[in-house]
Amino acid sequence: MRKKVIEVRNLVKKFGNFTANDNLNFDVYEGEIFGFLGSNGAGKTTAIRILSGLSAPTSGQALVAGFKAGTQAEQIKKNIGYMCQKFSLYEDLTIKENITLYGGIYGLTGVQITERRKKLLEKLNFCEYENKLIASLPLGLRQKLSFLIAMLHEPGIIFLDEPTGGVDPITRRQFWEMIYETAALGITIFVTTHYMDEAEYCDRVSIMNEGRIEALDTPGNLKQKYNAGSIEEVFIKIARPAKNTIAV
Amino acid sequence: MKKFLGFVKKEFLHIFRDTRTLVILFGMPVAQILIFGYVINTDIKNAGIAFLDMSHDEISQKLSDKIISSGFFVKTEDLASYDDIDRTLKRGKTKAVVVFENNFGKKLTGEGRASVSIIADGSEPNTATLITNYTTAIINDFNMQVAAPAAGPAARVIPEVRMFYNPALKSYYMFVPGVITLILILICALMTSVTITREKEFGTMEALLVSPLKPLHIILGKVTPYFILSFINVLVILALSWIVFKIPIRGSLPLLLAATMLYIAMSLTLGILISTVSSSMQQAIFISLIGLMLPTILLSGFIIPIENMPVAYQWFSSIIPPRYFIVIIKNIMIKGAGFSYIWKETLVLTAMTVFFVIVSVRNFKTRLE
Repeated sequence: MRKKVIEVRNLVKKFGNFTANDNLNFDVYEGEIFGFLGSNGAGKTTAIRILSGLSAPTSGQALVAGFKAGTQAEQIKKNIGYMCQKFSLYEDLTIKENITLYGGIYGLTGVQITERRKKLLEKLNFCEYENKLIASLPLGLRQKLSFLIAMLHEPGIIFLDEPTGGVDPITRRQFWEMIYETAALGITIFVTTHYMDEAEYCDRVSIMNEGRIEALDTPGNLKQKYNAGSIEEVFIKIARPAKNTIAV
Repeated sequence: MKKFLGFVKKEFLHIFRDTRTLVILFGMPVAQILIFGYVINTDIKNAGIAFLDMSHDEISQKLSDKIISSGFFVKTEDLASYDDIDRTLKRGKTKAVVVFENNFGKKLTGEGRASVSIIADGSEPNTATLITNYTTAIINDFNMQVAAPAAGPAARVIPEVRMFYNPALKSYYMFVPGVITLILILICALMTSVTITREKEFGTMEALLVSPLKPLHIILGKVTPYFILSFINVLVILALSWIVFKIPIRGSLPLLLAATMLYIAMSLTLGILISTVSSSMQQAIFISLIGLMLPTILLSGFIIPIENMPVAYQWFSSIIPPRYFIVIIKNIMIKGAGFSYIWKETLVLTAMTVFFVIVSVRNFKTRLE
């Protein structure tokens, strides 16, 4: 039995009368690539905010790295990495300065920061450019750098919120190679994406609709269950009923 | 603490790498002090004045000389008739005309009274008022020295006016404290609100919020550099006003600096509040500039005395923080007053700071929810 790193039980999040997360139940295992899909407004962001310690559940429980969302947010934050939808490095700082800043925020020592910076830049073959401003880097490289910096403090779980938005197909593929390498080290990847081909790369996929998780399984099983040729078809089959109700 | 210092350092890097920020931070204050101090000058110096002397006697000549030698006026021309008045005023160089009636000297010595008309260009009301006041004062003075002894002793009350604190009534005594007040609130509120909304817009705020940094540390880390730089700014402005305009600091410098720190802190919290209600940098800039600059210039008592405003405006002015700081800074700098004269204003500013902090924290929490 693999170790559970995220355990969500009967999780509900309400904003006034609106229920953003309606009784979510799922587990994520160590070293797993967990795809968290859903159309815009399905409640993904709300769930990620709870799991990353930014917001507290209205009821139910979520354990992340063994800590309770809501009451132990500080411990959660130390044990996760996060790379957000929008770009999260400072454009007017150099690569080195960004690394020093984030390393410092996560409490790494000067020696640790230097060591990990060297390792990180070697990985990207980018050692001689450490004094370049982020603004001068192409988007794809920035995203990779952003991912590696989010992992600088060696978290057990990393949340990637649409990490490949606006990136070219080649960089996207390279990015996913990095995700695979990371997962192989036993780090859990919790990823949201709107690219359905990326969903196929995940170990398991959950699809949210109107605040509920409608489906959760391996991409293969989902396709079989919904009698679909691709995850995209599965997604459309699940998300469509919602659209019809709105139209009526 | 190390985390916090690293964060503050990063904020300084942002500031020093952005030329626009630097220009606003350090260029604007210096420019404003010089502009307000030199250009917007409500003192009269070398105003054009013309004379229409129908009498051409010794006494009228003496009075005209006295007016010109006062240093406030420059004689533009001698007019020949009443028709010339309109012409010379329309040209614009002459701001006022002094008219001596026929037999001015004879009437004064004989009957004890003679009249002088002062005709000023009313299209510039401020200048006109100032010029007529100045000329009237010179004529009164002339009365005392020349006319009264000649006409024989008569009982009358002679007002002796002295201007305390600013004997020469220099207008930059009013502008420098005003500009410090204006600049500090603009820079602090504008810069803070922009720098925080920038993090929101660029998505870096999310990355910071999911980090172990506490929201309070993030906000403190963002405002600390601006606090330090604004304070340096104040020192620069004070030095500049002392060197260029010779404005003394009559009261206690430590008290002045302490009050300034309170005002900077208040402005920074106001900036934080603005950042919690604006979703983009443009919005933050708009609120800071329109919402703060105009009320500060017009309603804080900076230029227009609060007592002269309609009651509704007076009420509105009482919620404008700069209003209180202007009183504090003028009292300390110009009047040399101590804390016992400014404690009420200090209390109001402190209360406002606390209020802004409470509302910002509430807004911030709602956003996190």
